[in-house]
Formats: sequence, structure tokens, C-alpha cells
Amino acid sequence: MESSEVYIGPEPHIEVHKYYAGVVPVTVLLALVLQAFFPVYIHTANYLELPLLVTLYFALSKRNPSSGLLLGMVVGLLQDSLSSTPLGLYGIAKTLVGYLGSSLGARIDVEHPIARFLLTVSFYLFHHAVFTLTTRTLLAQRNETYLTVPILIASLVNAVIAMGLFPLLDRFRKPS
Amino acid sequence: MIAIPSRHRSLTLLAGVVVAQVLLLAVQIKRERQVRLIRVWAVELISPLQRIGSWTVQGAEHGWGGYIGLRSAQKENDAMRAELDRLKVRNAELEGRALEADRLGALLNFRGAHADTPMIAARVIGGSPDSGSQVVNIDRGSRDGLRRDMGVITPDGVVGKIFAVYPDISQVLLMGDKESGVGALLADSRTQGPVKGTGEPLLSLEYISSDEKVTVGEAVLTSGQDRIFPKDLPVGRVVDIKSDPKSPFMKIRVKPAAHLDRLEEVLVLQTRQDLNLKKTPDADTVPVASPAARPAPAAPALPAKKPSDAH
Repeated sequence: MESSEVYIGPEPHIEVHKYYAGVVPVTVLLALVLQAFFPVYIHTANYLELPLLVTLYFALSKRNPSSGLLLGMVVGLLQDSLSSTPLGLYGIAKTLVGYLGSSLGARIDVEHPIARFLLTVSFYLFHHAVFTLTTRTLLAQRNETYLTVPILIASLVNAVIAMGLFPLLDRFRKPS
Repeated sequence: MIAIPSRHRSLTLLAGVVVAQVLLLAVQIKRERQVRLIRVWAVELISPLQRIGSWTVQGAEHGWGGYIGLRSAQKENDAMRAELDRLKVRNAELEGRALEADRLGALLNFRGAHADTPMIAARVIGGSPDSGSQVVNIDRGSRDGLRRDMGVITPDGVVGKIFAVYPDISQVLLMGDKESGVGALLADSRTQGPVKGTGEPLLSLEYISSDEKVTVGEAVLTSGQDRIFPKDLPVGRVVDIKSDPKSPFMKIRVKPAAHLDRLEEVLVLQTRQDLNLKKTPDADTVPVASPAARPAPAAPALPAKKPSDAH
């Protein structure tokens, strides 16, 4: 081979989406506000993880691991800032979600609704697992569990919500 | 700068971001006893290094002290042995001084108990070169008011008498000398008789009739008849009694009350005034009041061994 350059971007047949300016920060802020707003009035909204869904959506769409993990970090730290958890708990979990989501989005087609549903369930459980691991390891709090029925239900609920949220956010993509 | 391959950049960034957030968590989180987690991690990270450093230093110290440092051990050992010898000598010296202090204390007590009796303390500074005679020299002489025939005692009892006086020293004829004698009496029966030296450790109480009742252990006191010692000074104790069918007198052996073989300090009586003797801790039991003396054979005159006087 003449060239030593190695292509590390998404697969050639997978499209990288771009969004209008301000879409990402506005969406993130809106998700954080709603995440803080809903549980006040709806008790079951505690299972809702809008920041995670937003992080996952943009990671899958942008398909750039670096920007994905940075977005995850920002969203997670903001979520930590708005909650009572120490700074970094949600940050670490969402950083990993952003990185893995971007890496995965660069290799497989994540536009299909079923793929999005399954990915949302998987990443919700992964996010919760990382959060629990961090909590148990660093905070020495044993009350968090890795997998319970409510967690499983919450992952399905968030996946259902993602089925409506992701197509909505698709509308803010720049035309290719 | 080290170039990071582009395909690893995102992974490196991920690691950096995660580590940064873990550290951020560690700074915030407090474990038991309110110690921040970052401190716990730091301590746990550093402590193995500290242990290794400590082991290294201890090993080096042990190696130095156990092997290399031994080069000076022989020298130190010699110095310590020399110091030990010096301390042994010093200890013996101090023990001697302590014993001397005890003796001087006893003399002082005796003098204090008889403050009305003029007496002077003297130190034994030597003995006679003649092994057959029992003579000691004391460090007091005519300049101190000593005269011939003055009695010499210790708190334990009679020692002897001065038979030669020089300006600064005097010679004392001890009780044990064959030429020595003192007028005495038995404490219980008040029977009088002279006590003479035999040249041996024991003295001889003579002219005690075989009809007298004498018991072993009975105290023998001065009678005052010899005009040298006042009455009722301890002379010794009866240790042996023998009757001789051919003689009207018993052979009575007396152990001297004073330690004649190890005299160091003595008191010289400067008067013949009777002592109002009191019981002192070191003195033999002596009756304070002397009952009337019973008639007894008169004590023979005590011959002076060396009549010559320096004066």
C-alpha cells in the first residue's frame, strides 16, 4: 500500500448526520429541565432518563466517539449539578454511553426503529450498571442494585419514549 | 511530543475524561471519619512506596549496624571493659566509705549519749610490726590531750589502753595482748576478777572461785578497780567455763565485746569518771545501774608492757 493513512471514521455506507446550530445545546437543556420538572408532578417519572436518551441519540447520529463522549460528559455533569449526586457519577456513565454509542453508530445502522428500541434498552441498562458500579465502588453505597424488575421496566419505558423522541429529533437534521 | 495514533485518540480522550471525573468524585466523596476519598487513594498509593522505602532504610541500617558497624565494636568493648573496671573500683571505694560512715555514726551516737564524759575520737592508722604483740597506733597524741593509761573503747566495748604517747600519735595496747589486763566483773553475780589477754582472740577471766555460779553468755563488764576504765563498760561475754580440780579458780574464756581484729575508729576516754551507760544499738547489753559490788579478790596490778613514754 502506498498510503499509510488508516480510515477510522464511520463505515462508508453509513451517513453522518449534522444538525442546525443550537439544536444540540437546546435539546440538552430542554431534556435536563424536563428531567427535573416531571418527577415533581409525576412520581413515576423517576424512571424517565431524558438526558440519557438525548446523549444516546446524538451519539448514535454523529457517530464520532470523541464528540460523543464529550457530549456525554457535559450532559452527565450538568445532570449531576442539578441533582444531589456527587459531580461525576452521571458524568462517567454518560461519557461511556456517548463513547460506545458513537462507536456503535459508526459501524451499524441505528436508524431502524427496532434497532433504536433495542439500543435504548441496552444502553439504559448499561448506563444504570455503570452508575451502580460507580456508586458501590466509590461511594460504598450498597443500596443500588444492578438489575431489578423496575429497572428493566424503566428501560422499556425509556425505549418506548425514545421511539417517539428520536424521530422528532431527526427533523432537526441538516439535509444531506 | 509523543504522537498518538488517530484511531486511539478517542480512546485516550475517553480514558482521560473518565479518570478526570473519577478524580472529581474522589475529591468530593468522604469515606469513614470524614476523610476525602482522594486522600484515601493517595495514602493507599503512597503507603506501599513508603513501606518499600522503610524496609530499604531498615535493611541498610541493619546491615550497617550488624556488619560494617561491628568494626568499632571491639574498640567500644575494650572501652566499656575499662569503664567497668574503673566503676568496680569506684564501687568498692564507695562501699568502704559507706561502712566508714556507719562506724563514725555509731561513734557519734555513743558520744552523744555520753556528752558529759570527755572523750576524743581517733582513727587507727597502723599496727605494731611485732606479730606477737597486739598494738595499734592512733592519730591522736599529746597535742590532743592524750596521756598514758587512758582507756580506749568503741561503742561495742573496751579496746585497751594507751601505753605510749607521742605528740601526734599514740600507741594502744589491745585487750588481747598477753601483757594487757583490765579490772572486770560478771554482770549477773557482780563477782570481780581481772580479764587478761592471752595473745589469742579470746580473753581470760581469772580468779573467779569455783564456787561461783557462772553461765556461758554472761556479760563481763569493767569493775573500775584498775583506775583506767570506768565501771560497767562492756568487756565481753563468757564463752567457755572450765573447772580445775587442782585449782580453786575456774578457767573462764571471754569473747571481747569490741572487734579487736578490725579496729578503724576508737574513742579515747579522757577521764576515769564513771559513765552513765545507756543502751546503744551496737553495744552489748549493759546494766545502767550498778548494784553494790560484792567483795572479790582484788585485781592484780597491770604491768606496763612498755613503760617508756615519749614525754
